[in-house]
Amino acid sequence: MLLVQDLSITFTMYDRGLAQKQLAVITQLDLDVQAGEVVAVVGASGSGKSLLAHAILGILPDNAQVSGTILFKGEPLTPHRCRDLRGKSIALIPQSIGYLDPLMQVGRQVHRTAQLSGLSQPAAKAAVDRTFHRYGLAARVKRLYPFQLSGGMARRVLVSTAVVSQAELVIADEPTPGLHPDIVTETLNHLRELASEGKGVILITHDIEAALQIADRVAVFYAGTTVEIAQAQDFPSGKIRHPYTQALWRALPQNEFIPIPGSQPNPEALPLGCLFSDRCSWVTPECQSDRPPFLQVRGAPVRCIHADR
Amino acid sequence: MLIGNQLAFRYPRHEWILRDFDIAIEPGEVVGLSAPSGFGKTTLSKLLAGYLTPLKGRIILDNAPLPTRGYSPVQMIFQNPELAVNPRWRIHKILAENQPPDRLLLNALSIHPSWLDRYPHELSGGELQRIAVARVLNPATRYLIADEMTAMLDANTQALIWQTVLEYARSQNLGLLVISHETALIKRLCDRSIHLA
Repeated sequence: MLLVQDLSITFTMYDRGLAQKQLAVITQLDLDVQAGEVVAVVGASGSGKSLLAHAILGILPDNAQVSGTILFKGEPLTPHRCRDLRGKSIALIPQSIGYLDPLMQVGRQVHRTAQLSGLSQPAAKAAVDRTFHRYGLAARVKRLYPFQLSGGMARRVLVSTAVVSQAELVIADEPTPGLHPDIVTETLNHLRELASEGKGVILITHDIEAALQIADRVAVFYAGTTVEIAQAQDFPSGKIRHPYTQALWRALPQNEFIPIPGSQPNPEALPLGCLFSDRCSWVTPECQSDRPPFLQVRGAPVRCIHADR
Repeated sequence: MLIGNQLAFRYPRHEWILRDFDIAIEPGEVVGLSAPSGFGKTTLSKLLAGYLTPLKGRIILDNAPLPTRGYSPVQMIFQNPELAVNPRWRIHKILAENQPPDRLLLNALSIHPSWLDRYPHELSGGELQRIAVARVLNPATRYLIADEMTAMLDANTQALIWQTVLEYARSQNLGLLVISHETALIKRLCDRSIHLA
């Protein structure tokens, strides 16, 4: 359904005066999503997760230079096609109610989304009623303003905005942080249901545990690149391949809770070779001279020349 | 010892957020607190750190009322570091608001020296949260309230920050209140935990 290959995004920024600098925020990023599948995108803040979503939706700022391929159903996603598809075939579940209009009742906002996706007035009304009913939102909730919603209700309204649009690809951007575990599970189950209905779902999150609850596959991002695309069951079974993926897993409080020191490289001065090389205990001179290509190791792609050890 | 005694709070013309709430934290103790959203966890943090004044009850620090002027010995770190720093100050100035942290602490938090010349918006959320933590880990802080401090961060950065904070707390006899929805995190960090439901 969606194929992202060798995507790079560079921002041109003004430094001092008229001097410009280049920020390589995404380099050699890959991802693919099939219909009926949940693919989680996991990584630290600044690893390029949200920028990928913005690139797919065609909402990057003007100072971004994009190279590489994004195909949606086999056809390139040009800026023009993006405009046609977003909100219709491709929908975003935003991070928080901050993305809703604070001065508009939520029922009207969801209704408007349905209409913009191409439904007639009565069909949109029926779709809103059906969706609110499906997510256990009482009819009176339609008349509430965003600030009047509890955390759990807000999540359900945000999911509703994506569901009424009949989108085939749904991108959920950090839907879970700071929520009560029951609401986290509920939100994740809603995403899983959408995949079971045949939609493709991208779950963007920094939370591996949330990802593993529902994802079929997990793409791990580091410093704007995809280091590994693993099957979800590779994590508990110890099959994960990249040293950064392994570090993330080890750092969970229910595992060893041991972090690796350091932080992601500065996008103004990326290392020549592997982007993880300065924090990696497996590093050799080869790692520092060239960017590692995607290699198939134990049945999944990984960007590490030592992953088969 | 930090004691909250029979605390009650509400905003004018709203319902009570907290009523008759008691809590006590000893120096060097790590206490966990979890409760559903809307239970007043953040309000409790703000009361203990002196950002809000309880309508009833008292906050007592080492047998005296919580000081209302100067640097509060009870410090709070919450989920969004970008709201806790001055956006127009460079990082070194933000860190120098208190006694500037020493090199060892900056190293333990993996704070790169090149960050010190940048502005807050030039750092990622995880990088900026490490700055916020470095700023409060100084001798004037006796109690630290971590309100979902690492809820927005990846597992590695979360472990990095917590290992540093725990070690500092042990060596300096700092009392910690850990507010989190994550059961595994509370179990890993805390000597005892309070669960409200």
